[in-house]
Amino acid sequence: MSNAAQQFLEAAGTITRNLRHRGLIQTALRKYEVARDRKKSAFNDWSSARQSAAETKWDAINHLDTYLTEFTSKIEARGTKVHWCPTGPEARDTIRGIIRDAKAKCVVKSKAMTAEEIHLNEALEKDGFEVVESDLGEYIVQLRKEPPYHIVFPAMHLTRDEISDLFERELGSAPTREPEELTMIARRALRRKYIQADVGITGANFAIAETGMVSITENEGNARLTAALPRVMITLLGIEKVLPKMEDLALFLPLLATAGAGQTVTGYNTLYGGPRQPGESDGPVEWHVVLLDNRRTELLADPEQRDALHCIRCGACLNVCPIFRNVGGHTYGTTYSGPVGSVITPHLRGLQDWKHLSNASSLCGACTEACPVKIDLHHHLLQNRRNAVGETPSWIERLAWRAHAFAVNTPALYQFGQEVARIVEPLRQRLQGTPLDPVKTWTSTRDLPPVAPESFKEWWRNRR
Amino acid sequence: MNAQERILARIREALTVPAPMPGSHGHGHDQGRVEVPAPVFAFQGRPVHVARAWLPPGGTTPEEQLTRFSAASAELKTDFRCVASEAEAHQQLRGIADSEGWKRVASHHSALTDAATTALGRPTLFTDGGYVPDDLEACEAGITTCDVLVAQTGSLVVNSRTSGGRALSVLPPHHVVLARRDQLVCDLTAAFQRLEELHGRNWPSMISLVTGPSRTGDIERILVLGAHGPKKLTVLMW
Repeated sequence: MSNAAQQFLEAAGTITRNLRHRGLIQTALRKYEVARDRKKSAFNDWSSARQSAAETKWDAINHLDTYLTEFTSKIEARGTKVHWCPTGPEARDTIRGIIRDAKAKCVVKSKAMTAEEIHLNEALEKDGFEVVESDLGEYIVQLRKEPPYHIVFPAMHLTRDEISDLFERELGSAPTREPEELTMIARRALRRKYIQADVGITGANFAIAETGMVSITENEGNARLTAALPRVMITLLGIEKVLPKMEDLALFLPLLATAGAGQTVTGYNTLYGGPRQPGESDGPVEWHVVLLDNRRTELLADPEQRDALHCIRCGACLNVCPIFRNVGGHTYGTTYSGPVGSVITPHLRGLQDWKHLSNASSLCGACTEACPVKIDLHHHLLQNRRNAVGETPSWIERLAWRAHAFAVNTPALYQFGQEVARIVEPLRQRLQGTPLDPVKTWTSTRDLPPVAPESFKEWWRNRR
Repeated sequence: MNAQERILARIREALTVPAPMPGSHGHGHDQGRVEVPAPVFAFQGRPVHVARAWLPPGGTTPEEQLTRFSAASAELKTDFRCVASEAEAHQQLRGIADSEGWKRVASHHSALTDAATTALGRPTLFTDGGYVPDDLEACEAGITTCDVLVAQTGSLVVNSRTSGGRALSVLPPHHVVLARRDQLVCDLTAAFQRLEELHGRNWPSMISLVTGPSRTGDIERILVLGAHGPKKLTVLMW
């Protein structure tokens, strides 16, 4: 078993017994479900809208080279510098170089899962830069020195009391039980940072090929400020983010907000097409767009699971997943958790180390049903299982199955096996669960039904 | 080969094998043989023109659109006031300024905002041609125009060229938008068409679809307004 699998099992074993955690997650997700269903019902036809989005994303991903080239040539034409980065370390070094050239001290950052993916903050802090997360949830988990718990709701595992204690400890604020007061504490703490920061780093939700623009979705206005005040702006995005046309957003913005947060559209959806242009009064003088591959092309090369690149990171599959709801976000030990994380992590970080995530699934299909771009998530989990076994068939397992096949195909041998099983049955029952039980790991959590006193064949013969 | 060529080459190599269209449920029991079925919606041109009919409706008549915008605003906690004339809008603006005790406001030059700031008669920071961020932060309100308003979602669109820059509409604690009735359109598709007509030949560096005041639910999923951007959003339309 890989280290990651061992950690997953241990963490899952602990957290599923934590009733406080469970209560918190259930409450938060119930609120989400009510809001989402209400917004879904405002659609004239939710399922057709999903199908249309799936086809648009299929078009974008299956012509990725064309659209990426169009996107970069358009965005470069307006004075943006585009950096192509095949790997995480290359993206990290590129960003470190930009910040060093800008002679920056303070960096303000809005939410970006790609930055989590390449561990950007750790690298920048090691270089001596102050990096401040500006999204409230991200700010909270940053103060706790923790990764985000959920790709959309980073601090959903914390109560207001825990956040109040954290702010009291880290910021010296007075304790309070009011979410509004807590939000204002963070607002006051971060206001100065936007104005002082020399560099602003953002993620991106969509890259529009037609017009050469990046679209950023948020609710708080922190990304707007991050992209307005610092002198240098850096946007890190995965190569799979492209959409062919600007008007595609008319479909994707409501879809993302509804599936992700139960909103019609989120508070701010902002398109950026360049650094400050002639005649404009503010905005960064330099804008760098960092395009990240980081093994996305490996996923692209698998036609069976290519649609996993359609993911718009709404988090809907996490919210409905019975596994996620029980084990929580941190247990996964990955940047992307929940069903989509279980599907793509083996491609991004190695199948053998991360195959356990595909087994930690009830295959109920709730994720596939929830996905606004119709990624076939639960079948991809099955395919990961198949691929993992196909890659390294264990010789013991192969031998065992061959022996089994031989036995069940040889009636006399099978009959003999039945007789033996019946004789050793009392002994087996006594041994079950004790250290002498050879299959203890299996039987300690499962019942093994007793061997029947007679087989069906015997019963039938006696009956006649 | 540089990084760009390397990534593009990998993409092209990957795409030599076709992938099934989602919704077709070809889950790979026949490995290596991937059929590409026709799209369910065999769209001519762009699917979004088809998709428009499936999205939340925005209303067909101007009255219906106004009702929808008003309802969406109420839900979003946007203070939307549809008034009879520009003079009445100015009166409303003075009322808000008095009740909130604005000492200094920020705005930008345009026909609508110039008339409004003159009528308001308070010290005004104009962001056109540059400003000091600390000065803007000290203003109690940012008064701007917008490009278009969206009935379907209760949104409005500001941009970095004709709405006073990137920060004016998001740094002060109260954002006031001045708009005309004919700027209200049905849905997002219509809004993008309007933006294309307005800016298609020379896009501003930022275009923002603003939907309600700044908000967060990051603490126990409880809605709080004014996370980082404005705590209040007022739309005055005539």
